[in-house]
Order: sequence, then structure tokens, then C-alpha cells
Amino acid sequence: MNHLPLIIKREYLTKVKNKSFIIMTILSPVIMIALIAFVAYLSQLNNDKVRVISILDESGLVQDVFKSTETTVYNKLEGMSLEEAKIISKETDSYGLLYIDRFDDIETVSKHIKFYSEESPSITFISDLEIKLGEKLTNLQLRKNDIDIELINTSKISVNIAQESFTGEKTSTVDSIIKLVFGLAAGYLLFMFIIIYGNMIMRSVIEEKTSRIIEVIISSVKPVQLMLGKIIGTSLAGITQFIIWMVFGGLLMTIVSLVLGVNLLETETPQQELMQMASEGIDFKYLFESFKTSLENLPVMNLIIAFILFFVCGYLLYSSLYAAIGAAVDNETDTQQFLFPIMVPLILAVYIGIFTVIEDPHGTVSTVFSFIPLTSPVVMLMRIPFGVPLWQQLVSLLLLIGTFMFTVWFAAKIYRVGILMYGKKPSYKELIKWIKY
Amino acid sequence: MSNLLEVKEVSKNFGDFKALNKVSITVPKGSIFGLLGPNGAGKTTLIRVINQITMPDYGKVHLDGELLNPIHIKDIGYLPEERGLYKSMKVGEQALYLAQLKGLSKAEARTRLKYWFERLEIGDWWNKKIQELSKGMAQKIQFVVTVLHQPKLLIFDEPFSGFDPINANLIKDEILRLREEGATVIFSTHRMESVEELCDDIALIHKSNKILDGKLIDVKRQYKINTYEVGIRTNNKESLEQELANKFETSIANFKTLEDELKLNIKLSETDTPNDLLNYLTSKGELSHFVELIPSVNDIFIQTVKNN
Repeated sequence: MNHLPLIIKREYLTKVKNKSFIIMTILSPVIMIALIAFVAYLSQLNNDKVRVISILDESGLVQDVFKSTETTVYNKLEGMSLEEAKIISKETDSYGLLYIDRFDDIETVSKHIKFYSEESPSITFISDLEIKLGEKLTNLQLRKNDIDIELINTSKISVNIAQESFTGEKTSTVDSIIKLVFGLAAGYLLFMFIIIYGNMIMRSVIEEKTSRIIEVIISSVKPVQLMLGKIIGTSLAGITQFIIWMVFGGLLMTIVSLVLGVNLLETETPQQELMQMASEGIDFKYLFESFKTSLENLPVMNLIIAFILFFVCGYLLYSSLYAAIGAAVDNETDTQQFLFPIMVPLILAVYIGIFTVIEDPHGTVSTVFSFIPLTSPVVMLMRIPFGVPLWQQLVSLLLLIGTFMFTVWFAAKIYRVGILMYGKKPSYKELIKWIKY
Repeated sequence: MSNLLEVKEVSKNFGDFKALNKVSITVPKGSIFGLLGPNGAGKTTLIRVINQITMPDYGKVHLDGELLNPIHIKDIGYLPEERGLYKSMKVGEQALYLAQLKGLSKAEARTRLKYWFERLEIGDWWNKKIQELSKGMAQKIQFVVTVLHQPKLLIFDEPFSGFDPINANLIKDEILRLREEGATVIFSTHRMESVEELCDDIALIHKSNKILDGKLIDVKRQYKINTYEVGIRTNNKESLEQELANKFETSIANFKTLEDELKLNIKLSETDTPNDLLNYLTSKGELSHFVELIPSVNDIFIQTVKNN
């Protein structure tokens, strides 16, 4: 008798009807949006605060560099010693004191600029000062050497390399960014999915053990069926939750943006990247066009098919391990030692994805790890937007499916024995012994 | 009468541990079969083999003449000793789910559940969650779920634990009624008085081996000790006691009487008959008590386990 649909239905319905699940489903996007809005609000607040910077310029060279703005007020001090200036800037509650000493030549001046402050200033603030002062002093130096600044400015040429693959596909920097975003999003999604719903499966197995209903159930169904039903049912509940999060989250995001008049999306990387480029003088229309062609350039079909296959196999591989762990122990506190070895490859995969795929999506490290079954789902998903040869995808997938089948068989063995074992926490040695039972 | 269940030389090892060693039992159709044994003897493993939860390493199990296979899941109802229900699920939903797992259709399961819930007067529990019920209440639900699909074979492991005397009696009557309706019952318990009361056949498992089985009455005959408990009124207790002690193997007995009688257990030698003893005793005084001591299941249990 095939009870799988019945088990899946029960697992799905109990998860979805569960109070904490409903609360989490509704509350998570609310909390996330509230958090983003809060951070956006705070950074605005930070910008609103007026920062006073005292300047004691004894060289007289950089008087016109600093012009007060709404958020920064430059308090130019004159006719006093450094010690007096320090006291005054402390009394006026300044962010710090910029001190430029007097020397004859500009180069020496540039080497003796100091910034005094109560607390160490932010790195961006200092580099901002360095850029401003550097520019000014360079100009002064140029003028001193009788070089025409205008001529230099007009002679500057900016280069924009157009990239094209041998087969004629045009690519651009925007392209790579989009690929990166897609890859990272897919890999990270899988990672999150495994952790959240793998744990949920594990808890539900433990619950069946502690409530002692398990023996009644497996006198009616095969343990493997129960395990698979649990995994599939919980995953469906997970997908439901994810879809609700995306729809609800998107909706909330729009509403909050409209109400607060803040574009929350600005805080995200790709947009920021684009804004930066725009400010650097790339015109928007060109950017939009290249954005569009980049999307069209993505191997969409490959992406979708590979995403589904790698996601499903990778998820099933890990969730069957979670189910086996749940069966092996009596309570959640005992799970730690068994969770560790499955968390290691998972976290490794994400880091390899982030660090090496960005650097070189077809390098040795990322290629090798996109073949190793425990890391391949995450790493391969991150690599695919950059175009991975079909044979590599197929080999990796076959390896993954082989491992996945072995893992399900292995987990089912552990599960079958484990669900009827109570009392002591088993050791790894005992787990291996269970396979022979 | 044919046998419903035949277990033939079943062995099961867990690693180096032998849980069952060539155990065979036969359960006649329509009987109540007592499966006895000390803790850790292998009873639960045997029950799990019958339920196809555990596969035996060697040996065969036949149910109603057929080799045990997954189709038989619907023919067996099992109430494990370690039992429970989903705590946060509603009673009705849960019972429907478990019944469907045993192969009943949803509609059929609902009709039968309504009948049983009314019968046990628990109809208003349908929408309650298990965690709102007491242990005894949950046990009742479990009992209903076990018998709902009208299996040929019912296996109860300590069915009365957790019940108060009134409910334990109620469940006992239900078990007897189910037997009347044609079910066969395997009954595993440590309560020997229920075994005396209910079982037709017993098997005793000790240290993975079956060490005793048969009809309860035959087992008792086999363990007959030829001893009689007697009470006799006499003026001279000491001298009579002495006289009897010389003639038979005696010991002091303990039972309630109205007068101050001499109370003894008297064991007959193989050549003596009860009638000889009776005649002898009536000549010595006024006999008020004469009962053959039948070994209790409890005695048989302890004696057999100790001897092995």
C-alpha cells in the first residue's frame, strides 16, 4: 500500500497549521522590513548630525579646500598654537582637529599633516580628507612647476573596454555583476533552505520519537516511506513559506517605501554599484541597455533547469541526513555532535562560492568543489550563471544523484533502527553497526 | 481449530546480541494468547517481527496460512507498550489519519470512529488536542485506533497500564467482546492475574529462548504439585500436627477461617490419592477446609525463569 501521499499531506498540513509556523511566516518579512527601514532611518539620522571639524592651517595652502556643508562644518582656527587649538576644538565638541604645519615646500607640508581626535576617526572620513588635500596640493605643485592644469584635465582619456566572447556574445562589467548576483542568490537560497527546513525535519522526527507514536506508525508504513513523506511534506511547507515571504515581503517593501519615501532598494549592492557607476559618469541609458542585454545574455533555460535539479538533489541529500540525525537521538540537545560534520561542508561550500567563484568562476578550486557532492549543489549553482560546460554540469549532477541515493539508503537504515532506540546517545561506531541490523 | 499465526524458528541478532533464538509459537484462531517473559527477554522483538517492523534473520512467520507480507498490515492491530500520539494534533484528525494508514477509506474510518467514540462515551473529545487530555484518556483513543480496522490479529502490549480499575475493566470487556466477534488476541503483560483471567494459551520467553508454551490448563497440569491445603478442628493441635508431619510432607498454611483450626499444606507422595488423605483426616477431627493447590501463573513464571 502506498501511503506516501497521505503522509506528505499530514506533514504539510500540521506544519502549515502550526501556530509558530504561521506567526513566523507573517512576522519574518515584517521584522526584516522593519529592520531595513530602521537601519535606513538610522543612517539618515547619522547623516543629519552636524559634524564640526576644527582646522588649524599654518601653511595657508589649503584654506579654500574645505567648504562647510549641511552635515559638516569646518571651523577654521587662526593665530594660535597647536596646544590652544586642541583645547578649543575639545571645548567646541569637535569631531577632531586637522593640523597642517608650515613648511617651505609643498611636499614637506604634505608629509606633516596630522589629525587629532578623541576617538579614532572613521576610515572613510580620513581617506576623504586625504583625497581632498592630495588633490589640492597636487594642483599647487603643478602650478608651482608651471604646468597648465587645464591642459591636463582636457587631455584625460577614459577607457571603457567592450567585452565579447569568441562566440560573439557581448558582455560587460554589468553582466558579471548580474551573474554574480544570480549565482550568489541561488547558492545562498539553497544554503538557507537546507538549514531552516533540514532542522524542521529533524525536530519533527525527534517529536515522533519523544511522543512515542513512532511504533504505531511504522507498524502501518515502512520507515523509508515515513522518512520520505516527512522530507517532502516539510519541503512543500517550506516552499509555501518562501513564496509567502517573497510576495508579502515585496508588497510590504513597496508600501514602506511609498510611506516613508525612502527607496529601500538603494541599500542593496547591485543598485549601489550602479549608482556608483552613474556618479562616475556612465550615462544611464547605456547602462539600462546593457542591463537588459545582460539579462538576455544569461543562460536562462540552463539556469532554471540546473537550479531545479541541483536544488532538489542537494536539498534531499542534506535533509535525509537531518532525518537520520533526528532518528539517532532522543532530544535536540544531543544533535550537536552529529550536526557539526554536515554543517562543515555546507559552510565550506558557501565560502568557496563567495570567495573563489567571484574571483575566478572557472578556476581549479571552484571547479573541483563543484564536483564534490556535498559542496557541489551550492558551488555549482553559483558557477552556472557564468556558463559552465554541459559535461561538467552532467558529471557533477550524476555524482550528486549517486551520493544522494546512497545517503537516502544510509539515512533510511539509521532511521529504521534509530526511531526504535531510546535512552543513551549513540556513538558513530554504533551508528555504523546499525546499518547491519 | 486451525492456527491464525505460526512463528517458526525465528532468530534475530542485533550485532553480537541474540534477541531471539529459534523461537516458535502457534496462536490458535479465536484464542487469547499470553506472551510472557521477564524484561528484556525478547518479547518486544518477537512482536515487532510479527508486525513486520523488524525483519527476522532466520525463520518464517505465517498469518492465516500465508507467508507474512505487507498486505497483512491491515490484518494486524498493534498497541505497543511505548505508545503515544501526536500531541498537537486534534483527536479526530489523528484517529482518521492512523486509520487511513491501516487502509481504511476516510469515510469508512469516520463512520467507525463515531461508533466507537459513542460506545466509549468520548464523542466530545473529537476536536480536542491530545495535550489537553489525561494519560488514561489518550490511552482510550489509542485502543480505539488499534481495533478500528477490525484486524484478524490484535496485539496488546501491557494494555491496562495507565488505566484506572473502572476503565481497565471496560477495556478488558472490549477485548473479550472482540474475541467473541472472531478476533485473535496476543497479550503481553507482567500482570499475572490478567493472564490467569483472560488467556487460553501462553508462551514464556526467557533470554531470547522460548522455554515454555501450551494451553494454560495443560501448563498448569504439568506444574501440578500434588499438594492440598487443609483445615481441621481438633482438641490437640500439636500432637496432630506432629503425627501428620511424620506421615506426609507438610508446611504451615495461611488462610482465613472462622475457628482456631490447624492449617497445613500437605504434599502427597505419588502412591497416595487425595481420597486416602481425606479419609485419614476425617478420622482425626472435623475437616473444615480441603483444597487442591493449583500453581498460579505467577508461581510457574518465577519457577521456570529461575530454573533456566
